[in-house]
Amino acid sequence: MRYIVDRSMRALLLVSALVSIFVVFLILVFTLRAGLRAFREIGLVDLLMGRVWRPGQEQYGILAMIVGSVFVTILAVAWGVPLSLMGAIFLAEVAPAWVRSVVRPAVELLAGIPSVVYGLFGMVVLVPLVRRIPVPGNTGFGLLSASIVLAVMILPTITNIAEDAIRAVPREYKEGSLALGTTHWQTIVGVILPAARSGIVAAVILGVGRALGETMAMIMVIGNSVVVPRPLASNPLTIVLSQARTLTGNIAVEIAYATGLHESAIFATGVVLFVLIIVVNSLARLLMRGRRR
Amino acid sequence: MQDAGWRIEHRDRTFVLTTSNLAWRHFAQRVAFALLWLAGIMAVAVLVVVVAYVVLQGVKVINPEFLLTPPRGGLSGEGGISTTVVTTLYLVLLTISIAAPLGVGAAIYLVEYAGQMQGQGRLAYLVGVVRFGVELLAGVPSIIFGLFGYALFVTAMHLGFSLLSAALAGACLLLPVVIRASEEALRAVPRSFREGSLALGTTQWQTVWGVVVPAALPGIITSVVLSVGRVISETAVFYVTLGGSYNLPRSILSGGRSMALHLYYLAMDTRAFEKAMGTGAILIVVIVLINLVINFLSHRLAARLGGA
Amino acid sequence: MESVVKLEVQDYHLFYGDFRALRGISVQIPAHHITAIIGPSGCGKSTFLRTFNRMNDLIPGVRVEGQATLDGQDIFEVDVVELRRLVGMVFQRPNPFPKSIFDNVAYGPRAHGVHERARLAGIVERSLRDAALWDEVKDDLGKSALALSGGQQQRLCIARALAVEPQVILMDEPASALDPIATLRIEELIQTLKQKYTIVIVTHNMQQAARASDYTAFLMMDEERAGYLVEYGPTRDIFTNPRHKQTEDYITGRFG
Repeated sequence: MRYIVDRSMRALLLVSALVSIFVVFLILVFTLRAGLRAFREIGLVDLLMGRVWRPGQEQYGILAMIVGSVFVTILAVAWGVPLSLMGAIFLAEVAPAWVRSVVRPAVELLAGIPSVVYGLFGMVVLVPLVRRIPVPGNTGFGLLSASIVLAVMILPTITNIAEDAIRAVPREYKEGSLALGTTHWQTIVGVILPAARSGIVAAVILGVGRALGETMAMIMVIGNSVVVPRPLASNPLTIVLSQARTLTGNIAVEIAYATGLHESAIFATGVVLFVLIIVVNSLARLLMRGRRR
Repeated sequence: MQDAGWRIEHRDRTFVLTTSNLAWRHFAQRVAFALLWLAGIMAVAVLVVVVAYVVLQGVKVINPEFLLTPPRGGLSGEGGISTTVVTTLYLVLLTISIAAPLGVGAAIYLVEYAGQMQGQGRLAYLVGVVRFGVELLAGVPSIIFGLFGYALFVTAMHLGFSLLSAALAGACLLLPVVIRASEEALRAVPRSFREGSLALGTTQWQTVWGVVVPAALPGIITSVVLSVGRVISETAVFYVTLGGSYNLPRSILSGGRSMALHLYYLAMDTRAFEKAMGTGAILIVVIVLINLVINFLSHRLAARLGGA
Repeated sequence: MESVVKLEVQDYHLFYGDFRALRGISVQIPAHHITAIIGPSGCGKSTFLRTFNRMNDLIPGVRVEGQATLDGQDIFEVDVVELRRLVGMVFQRPNPFPKSIFDNVAYGPRAHGVHERARLAGIVERSLRDAALWDEVKDDLGKSALALSGGQQQRLCIARALAVEPQVILMDEPASALDPIATLRIEELIQTLKQKYTIVIVTHNMQQAARASDYTAFLMMDEERAGYLVEYGPTRDIFTNPRHKQTEDYITGRFG
């Protein structure tokens, strides 16, 4: 009798395991199929390079969204990665035990706060602050506010994983370096960080993926106008004050009432997002392999 | 650097050798460590600022009425959040009841059964594919799950904007989370447990169910609690599958609003920012509690395996 | 022969929190000789060795009493970073960095401010020659250090330590992880090194201590698990005419 139970449980568990690939498969198939019509009727080039997104007039160009997503991610990485890595090094090598017992849970808590709360904070506090910058056309909503919010959101991800990577470096390397008469900081830079490099890169990739995938918080602070970001004034830096729309925002904002070709175009946006994330992941993995000496 | 002996410069602190850059190295470390301390403090400061602001602003509107009356819509966001709390609860229960068995089951299979298939090529290949699938799934952004849920559950399967559609989409999102955390918990169980049980002549399933799973239970529970936290915080996937109604769902085929979604609607469609803050404050408190539970469970897990 | 004292400890105690690991050790280590530290496992030989370059400072909760000096200067009054340059260490298991052979040896000099390529190359070659490794690796210094054999890796670690021009080299069972042939090469190397450096070597291999060292210190563990010095003197005396019965018992293998 119990062998029957054993056999059937094994089969059941196998089915559970297969569900995951099944789901991946389904997602790929459905999204691609739904977006296929848009790719065929609008054409890949017009879709990807078109600057105008006006469903009412059958115009479906998502260039503005691609630039928006990429730009806000780059900015978020620029603010977030240095801070995260410094935090990781701090936690792994510099902080005394009692400080770590405060800071590490704080970082973990940051990770758990819902994205809409960050979006709300951004709307109510950050946007008015940014609006103070005296540039005509500056509404406060835009790339700057959004990238700051995004940076805060990816900070815990990168910090936690990078910290684990740094802690995983064998003690012997650290001892070997200190025994040569180097300072702690020299040891960190000369031996520990290089040894943790692959883990740190993985942490950053994860952060980038998270940034590209964020939706609701972006909708709340980035403005959502379909425009390829450009400087608002003569100073090129004012481009960060420009409003934008992300690929994710495009999907969320329009899907509920989209039909026909419009709906298909939304799915196509999803496909583009998917491809973008895979490209970023592969690029980073390539970079890591190339540098491995 | 010379080998010709060295002189003691002063009686105070250092031996000084020619060409030594010692002073510079100490200075560089001081600067670097100061910046690192700054980064650590900033991380805490950000948390404190965000949490304090939301909680302080939100507390103003939190009272029994807020919690117990339903939202009534309108530009100034009338009413409370009672229905959204209930909807969130339903959503959590439904999503977990789909994701947990599937995820834990998959983890059990991957750890306990698939491990023995080293020699049997075809099945080992399958396991590799499953692993790859889980990894891929983990990298998919939440909105894509929402889109997929909209296409399959809401539209193709005609489930409409409903708790069921949302729970199914959410379960897909949670699957990698549950699988990974459960796998870890199962792998942490010492091999001696399994061997001891099998040596008594039990079937593999009996061993798994009777010995391994109980030993890994704190870890598995942790993964479930983690998922609860995810469901409560998630928005994008539910935004396009749950619908926006602020009424109480009557069945699993009715739509509704989770608390997180209600916050979003309040912020975007009304001027009731304080009520949004109130909702946010409650969400934060819930997440903090969940984090505490997870920490407690992790410590119990460590203690249990350490003492075993 | 009259020896100059290089390192000295007087009534030296070491505590981990409340637990005393080393009790009342007094020893004078002469310059340009090889001093061996022997004793049963767990008696604190490595801990004692690590005193001299203050590696024990890395352990939280460590406390020290008594005196420890290098050339008469208290090592706890001195900049620890500079002390560690002057007192180098080779570890029990070879720990080359995951870098090339060249970068491993050049790591120390670079950290101390030497950046000109030619000078570094010279230092690297000289260090590798002194460590008896040059001929085996000179054709490919860019190769990863992790690709070397165990014995080669250990000699690389010795070269790395030599590159910063220390005065003393501490060796913590340097050959215990190696095969007998590699061990022999390390022992020969140590003999040549003592001309330029002062060597202190921990070993649990008594034959090694007997044939390779000039002075020997014998440590043991007391009832409270603290390590203490039983006997210290010229190696020949310790091994042929020990003054304490415990020493004789250990050397003849009656325990340990």
